[in-house]
Amino acid sequence: MEFRFTDEQNMIRDSAAAFLQDVSTPAAVRKAMVTEAGYDPELWRRICQELCFQAITVPEAYGGMGLGQVELAAVLEQMGRVLLCSPFFATVGLGVNALLLAGSEAQKQQYLPAIVAGELTATLAWTGPQAARRGGQWGCEALGAEWQKTAEGYQLSGELRYVIDGHTAGLLIVAARQAASQGREGIALFCVPAGSQGLNRQWQPGMDQTRHQARIVLNQVCLPESARLAPEADGAAVLETLLDLAKLAMAAEQAGAARQVLDMSVSYMQARVQFGRPVAGYQALKHKAADMLLKCEVSRSAVYYAACVAQEAIDPDGDKTLAGELREAAAMAKAYCSDTFFFNAGTAIQLHGGVGFTWEYDVHLYFKRAKASELYLGSGAAQRELIASLLLG
Amino acid sequence: MKLTFSAEDEAFRAEIAGWLRKNLVGEFAALRFRGGPGDEHMFPAERKRWEQKLAEGGWTGIGWPRADGGRGCSIEQQVIFHEEYARAGAPGRVGHIGEGLAGPTLIAFGSEAQKLKYLPGILAGTELWCQGYSEPGAGSDLANVKTRARPDPVGGGWLINGQKVWTSLAHEADWCFVLARTEPDSQGHKGLGFFLVSMHQPGVVVRPIEQLTGTSEFNEVFFDDAVAADIVGEPGDGWKVAMALLGFERGVSTLGQQMQFQNELDEIIRIAKSNGAAVDPVIRQRIAEAHTGLRLMRYNAMRMLSGSDSGHDQASSLVYKLHWASWHRNLGVLAMDVLGPEAEIIESAPYNLTRLQSLFLFTRSDTIYGGTNQIQRNIIAERGLGMPKEPKGKLS
Ligand SMILES: Cc1cc2nc3c(=O)[nH]c(=O)nc-3n(C[C@H](O)[C@H](O)[C@H](O)COP(=O)(O)OP(=O)(O)OC[C@H]3O[C@@H](n4cnc5c(N)ncnc54)[C@H](O)[C@@H]3O)c2cc1C
Repeated sequence: MEFRFTDEQNMIRDSAAAFLQDVSTPAAVRKAMVTEAGYDPELWRRICQELCFQAITVPEAYGGMGLGQVELAAVLEQMGRVLLCSPFFATVGLGVNALLLAGSEAQKQQYLPAIVAGELTATLAWTGPQAARRGGQWGCEALGAEWQKTAEGYQLSGELRYVIDGHTAGLLIVAARQAASQGREGIALFCVPAGSQGLNRQWQPGMDQTRHQARIVLNQVCLPESARLAPEADGAAVLETLLDLAKLAMAAEQAGAARQVLDMSVSYMQARVQFGRPVAGYQALKHKAADMLLKCEVSRSAVYYAACVAQEAIDPDGDKTLAGELREAAAMAKAYCSDTFFFNAGTAIQLHGGVGFTWEYDVHLYFKRAKASELYLGSGAAQRELIASLLLG
Repeated sequence: MKLTFSAEDEAFRAEIAGWLRKNLVGEFAALRFRGGPGDEHMFPAERKRWEQKLAEGGWTGIGWPRADGGRGCSIEQQVIFHEEYARAGAPGRVGHIGEGLAGPTLIAFGSEAQKLKYLPGILAGTELWCQGYSEPGAGSDLANVKTRARPDPVGGGWLINGQKVWTSLAHEADWCFVLARTEPDSQGHKGLGFFLVSMHQPGVVVRPIEQLTGTSEFNEVFFDDAVAADIVGEPGDGWKVAMALLGFERGVSTLGQQMQFQNELDEIIRIAKSNGAAVDPVIRQRIAEAHTGLRLMRYNAMRMLSGSDSGHDQASSLVYKLHWASWHRNLGVLAMDVLGPEAEIIESAPYNLTRLQSLFLFTRSDTIYGGTNQIQRNIIAERGLGMPKEPKGKLS
């Protein structure tokens, strides 16, 4: 048992932190977030060329760095800290994971090197409006598109929502169900390139401006046989594992962002003087900050553990017992980090007083991101119900 | 990062688990899942014999250096020991203050003669210890201790005068480590000494304090010219020694403690499934939250024990006490709410509580002893976040 970053992982974390603090300044975030794309392509190019983060989990055989989920979590944590506007979460936390988990050799050959080269971004599209109903369920119940078999391959139709970077991604991995199928039956995943006929994508502006999402309509999109991921596999199981990995990735971002709003609050409180001393000296505020730090530390423990488990789950030779914990570990990380980030961001507004309520101060950007990322993939309560069902049936 | 244990460590796990299976039988079978915080008053004599049994098996002081009579086990093996110990339901250790606090303090600060004199009794499970820090006027503000130590004009050592309070297991203990003032007019951290005092002498009076559970695990202890057998470190070093000792409290045994928590949570889940509470959506949320909190406590402890950040004030260990204490207190409330109106019915008159009722009541002390939640938050804010220190007042 050695539950700490290796020197190499520390180095990756530190270089990510240094670079991101430099480039993803509050001014840069505010500039990028009001564009339709939602990110600065020039900065994305630099990330891809100078740091190669997009290649982090891609095996060396496809030109990637061949690192794992722990390194990915370490980088995402730093991205969360600075609210980096980029297609990283969608491309690596969703798209690459889908290809790694269920892509055919030909699909990996086709897409992974392009992603590594920084030429292609990707995302996962699966939720219809259903995700907003039924207690915020984001699993198989929420699929918004249907597929049918045709003579040439497949045809997809339906409406997808809350698709992160869905309007800009070069590759959509779409999860759909066979027409008239139910529950966990009939689920399959497809590679849908951006230019496909019948694909209609629109930016859906959101309250959280730092991460853009799209509404996508599939109108009889025709795909060849070769577009289907792992045709033999249980599509529902693949989708569920993908969502577990997505929860972990989101939790890693949340943990970083939660720590950042704490640090912002502490430095504000050190500088702000009331009643003749820095407000940081008042115990009511110190205790709030202590609670925030506790939640941050526990969040990090949750994320790193889930990342280790995820690695075992992805690695074909991984420890099966640990791999079996993925569903629970990811749900726990998402639940705890969602609640932590929202608590910390909300508390940060309070600790900043009036300026915390201004557009000019950055705290609100975190507060809005906190709510958005909490609701995406299911809130803390939804995760807890999943955990309860594992424990109690 | 690596979560798995080596083959050698797994063999060690099999060894301790096997030993417990073989030995936790006969007269000791009744001790399973007994003792420990909230249940310390139960089976004291049997549990003392169990300490000696453990010692015979070579299972005391496993983390102590070999040179001091310990087993020199790695952190991993200590973790495994504590986990298996709790998993088997082996009884709460009456010897834990000696083994976990007094022993490591002596190993770090004691003279060779002191180690030779005290360590074997701790290891053999024949000499029990208690902790004499708190006083009526010094709880959170520990530097305010008033108990005095003066040179003994006859024996040449030190004589202790004063009163301690909330002294856990003092009524069972053979020895007490006492924080007392060696310089009469000194204040705060200065002028203190760390003394080892025999409980079996005329100058020591132990008076049990009845707790809200109706039982007594802690006491008032009065010292009236009690002879201190030894002082650890120099007069004036007391604060340094006392604080180092508190550091030992946050040790490897935390993972064993969690296994005990797991046993409690399992019991609550079992009840929830059998009495129908498990279908209540609110109870489901709370059980899931408790389960999550416990798992994450474990991961946090693993990070802490792996030395996740540099420096000894690493954040994962600073937050640890506040986390477990608050979690455990909430577990007590959850137990009652899962039981519903049955929670109210006690085992028998006059005031014999069930284990879960004791849990509910006793966990109110978790957020007080070992540094209250408020003091923990002060420490976290000051050491973990660099926020200003609390102002110190002067009365009159
Ligand atoms: C079950 C149990 C077992 C114990 N066992 C032992 C033992 O074996 N040996 C031993 O020496 N002691 C023992 N103690 C004592 C324990 O360490 C003290 O009770 C504890 O440190 C709190 O001190 P106090 O009781 O004097 O409370 P006080 O210090 O009087 O605190 C009263 C309230 O004020 C708050 N408070 C105090 N100072 C501050 C501050 N600066 N900022 C904010 N809030 C503050 C506290 O959090 C608390 O809520 C035990 C206590 C219990 C309950």
